[in-house]
Amino acid sequence: MLKIENLQAGYGEMVVLRNINISLSEGEIVSVVGSNGAGKSTLLKAISGIIRSSGTITFNHHSLTALQAHRIVERGVVHVPEGRKIFSEMTVFENLMMGGFLCQKDRTENLERVYALFPILAERRKQLGGTMSGGEQQMLAIGRGLMASPKLFLLDEPSLGLSPLFTDVVFKAIRAINKSGVTVLLVEQNVYQSLKISHRGYVIETGSIVLSGTGEELLNNPEVKKAFLGM
Amino acid sequence: MLFLQALVSGILSGGVYALAGIGMSLVFGVMNISNFAHGDLMMLGMYLAYFAFTLLHIDPYLALLLIIPVSFLFGFILEKVFIHRVIDHPHQNQILLTIGLGLIMSNTALLAFTSDPKILTTTYSSSAINTASGLSISVPLLLSFVITSVITAVLYLFLAKSSTGMALRATSQNREAAQLMGINVAKMSAIAFGIGTALAATAGALIAPTYYIHPLAGHSFLLKSFTICVLGGLGSVVGAGVGGIIIGVVESMAATYISTDWKDVVVFVLFLTVLLFRPQGLFGKKGGQ
Repeated sequence: MLKIENLQAGYGEMVVLRNINISLSEGEIVSVVGSNGAGKSTLLKAISGIIRSSGTITFNHHSLTALQAHRIVERGVVHVPEGRKIFSEMTVFENLMMGGFLCQKDRTENLERVYALFPILAERRKQLGGTMSGGEQQMLAIGRGLMASPKLFLLDEPSLGLSPLFTDVVFKAIRAINKSGVTVLLVEQNVYQSLKISHRGYVIETGSIVLSGTGEELLNNPEVKKAFLGM
Repeated sequence: MLFLQALVSGILSGGVYALAGIGMSLVFGVMNISNFAHGDLMMLGMYLAYFAFTLLHIDPYLALLLIIPVSFLFGFILEKVFIHRVIDHPHQNQILLTIGLGLIMSNTALLAFTSDPKILTTTYSSSAINTASGLSISVPLLLSFVITSVITAVLYLFLAKSSTGMALRATSQNREAAQLMGINVAKMSAIAFGIGTALAATAGALIAPTYYIHPLAGHSFLLKSFTICVLGGLGSVVGAGVGGIIIGVVESMAATYISTDWKDVVVFVLFLTVLLFRPQGLFGKKGGQ
């Protein structure tokens, strides 16, 4: 479904990612794990067209490389950014409506789906996004992304800064979203939780992929254990 | 009585300031650019109203139906051709570009229309309504205030309810997240600049019947618009609206109780005082850029 070949990306003169090769099949959850600054967010930004990149990114056999960000969303590749980036002066409902900016005909249906997944968003729909807690904002960010009817869902550090309780809620939601037929590319520092729910995973270090395998293989890999799980 | 008179005149002229300020604030909010050509765009609005009146014999307020779409289109094209090139660049580049565009406009106007001030005299230019309590309300100021209120209300509804309006607000609150929602932020910038230009030109047209129309008339209004924006909180449309009225009232009070020569001094002292205690402006967010 998604095939990334020989990707290079960065900011201005600074190259962050080198020679990245990643592929995703339909229906998978794939994690990219690695420490802070390894280039995980940059990878997602390159896919969603927020930053320019060289190499090839193809989605369902169409190249995304030259497309502007809003065209990429149109194709069904939806990116939930790190730090949630909620529209803080808009209500929860308005935030969700912005998520459905391009999918206006599926709005009602998508909204029901999001409210069923995160009932708290229905309760808080009139509250300003910026006044919600971190965990609630993360649910809103994911819900807002779902409003765009994603085929491929890019999630950047959804558990960052969340309490264990909210972390569980978020990971459960990711699983449920995947079960409903959405392919997920998950970028996380929470290596254990994300590999546990993933079909496959990649380990990224200073801008390059250093390891790949199924979620289970990576969890049992001695280097992964040592570097990320403290075992 | 004197106080009431000064208050009413201040609110009425503040309405037009508010309109100009809102235009500048919207552009700043969506694009993060301070538009230093804003005053010159107002000046173009004044001339548009003047020529609509003298050549086409259209009432300057009626001419808005023509001026608004024309100036929107002009702003939209300006953004597409020039402004978008500096959107991700340092502020000094943006300032140089917009000052440059403003200089081209004012000097072209100087060449084309000469430096002789023009006066647009309508039948009601100097007429006033006198109330039983002795209040005198200038007819052109009252008309322009009513028009300003209508335009502001329409703009507010557009930003609050319409899909494009919401997308503009989203872009203003978080440009990157807006992109990720599938919002074409480049188009939103052009629309914001178009609206900003249309509001500036409208403000210019509204004051045309009561001011001297001159190629350099925009400069004092640029300073005023900028003050209003910063006072209200850069990027806040509501703040700019309130800021405009405040500046209008303070000017009018200063002119009444001190002297017309001192009104700018009073305005800027107030401005600096507000910044001292609320550097983010009255309606601005803390820690904004």
